[in-house]
Amino acid sequence: MAWIAHHQRISLSTLVELLKNPLGSLMTWLVIGIALGLPAILYVVLQNVSNVSGDWGGKPRVSLFLSESVSVHDAQTLSQKITLQAGVAQVRFISADDALLEFQHRSGFGEVLRTLDKNPLPHVVEVMATEKDPLNLSLLISGWESDPRVERVSVDLQWLERLFAILLFAERLVTALTVVLCLGLMLIMGNTISLAIENRRQEIEVVKLVGGTDGFVRRPFLYLGFWYGLGGAVFACLLLEISLLFLSAPVELLAQSYRDDFVLQGPGWAGIFALIGLGSVLGVIGSALAVSRHLADIEPS
Amino acid sequence: MIRFDDVSKRYEGSSDALSHVSFDLADGEMAFLTGHSGAGKSTLMKLIILMERASRGQVIVNGTNLNRVTRRQIPAVRRDIGVVFQNHQLLFDRNVFDNVALPLTIAGFSPREVGRRVRAALSKVGLSDKEKKFPVALSGGEQQRVGIARAVVNKPPLLLADEPTGNLDPELSTEVMDLFLWFNQVGVSVLIATHDLDLVKRMARRELVLRQGQLVGGED
Repeated sequence: MAWIAHHQRISLSTLVELLKNPLGSLMTWLVIGIALGLPAILYVVLQNVSNVSGDWGGKPRVSLFLSESVSVHDAQTLSQKITLQAGVAQVRFISADDALLEFQHRSGFGEVLRTLDKNPLPHVVEVMATEKDPLNLSLLISGWESDPRVERVSVDLQWLERLFAILLFAERLVTALTVVLCLGLMLIMGNTISLAIENRRQEIEVVKLVGGTDGFVRRPFLYLGFWYGLGGAVFACLLLEISLLFLSAPVELLAQSYRDDFVLQGPGWAGIFALIGLGSVLGVIGSALAVSRHLADIEPS
Repeated sequence: MIRFDDVSKRYEGSSDALSHVSFDLADGEMAFLTGHSGAGKSTLMKLIILMERASRGQVIVNGTNLNRVTRRQIPAVRRDIGVVFQNHQLLFDRNVFDNVALPLTIAGFSPREVGRRVRAALSKVGLSDKEKKFPVALSGGEQQRVGIARAVVNKPPLLLADEPTGNLDPELSTEVMDLFLWFNQVGVSVLIATHDLDLVKRMARRELVLRQGQLVGGED
């Protein structure tokens, strides 16, 4: 019990000490907040982009444009046949009439289209393939191409592949940035704690003289690191929320051109807690490193 | 309580600070350690509280051979020795109560026990009404008594004092010495380093005399 009370007292008194110097503490918290917040913002944005693209799930989408001569009935038969094929997840049949309606609705060329005496659009069978292996996929496609009812096959895969490559690159970039900034954060922490240790050199000497263990000497500095990390993480969360608020309008505008119902997702409570936990842990680790480096140097003399 | 067995201490690049020092301080004994500045008084004290290690010979304190004490075990040895410093070594950002409480906090006593013992120690040194004061607000003599209270609050079997009356006028010196006498009467072994020879004469206790690192009087 005494041990718990001791920890409570030390943690509180280090916090009080931080608050006694509000400007200095605030600066440190802000620096830590920026170092933590920047990768957090990038991570959340990346997560959102992944969600949008994840709906396609990396599944290749193939459009089969049918010949003009094919009747609606024949087209439907074909699409049913394809549904049963291996490697096919989903098939959507869009008749020429439906396509025209949709095009009129979306493009705003409704009046122009109405002047045409004949629907220029073909029937389309949209196939969502589960097959990702390029060779098997090309076999499937060539099978469809050889069907006389099919005029042309278009695979809108390339841009998707490109998007995934970009996403992978961005993920790596964010990871690298996170690692670098976390290292920087630990250095900041180490430096801050080193200063605190230097300021309390006399106290450490006295504590050692009256029989204080290394653990006893270390404890307040670990708590100091903890409070710095925790406070910094709170600022990082603020930074994150404000940035998302600022970014949401343009990002949503962009994303809604792909999907109607897109809303920028925040980090959520789990994300907030993870960020705060990460900050606190990094704070403690950073200060532990600093303390272990300095503690042995300070001996009463 | 303290046993020096042919102890020498040489600092790097200088002659022996202590050479071939042997003596015994019995349990419950009180003795003085005298000698000019630089005769080795401080070095001898530092060896006892493990601020320095002997170059040769053995120092045995309270049954522990200090040669065999590892760095991690040093705190445990120091907790059994109360030390009064010439420059007090008080923490100026803490009040009197917290200064005296430090050894108990380190040893993990409960707050209630800490409060009880600190008040007892402060009352013994006559500073009961000053527990909320900060060291800067105290006179030199009062600061020294806070240092003494901190040294004995843990009830250590051995009390060391390095020039405890160095900065005090004769009247205050006598008060401080009376405190040491009282602690000795209740069974604490006391070793006091001082160059106040008049005081030593008045107290009529064993006197260990150091000269240029050698013990030249009071070996037995």
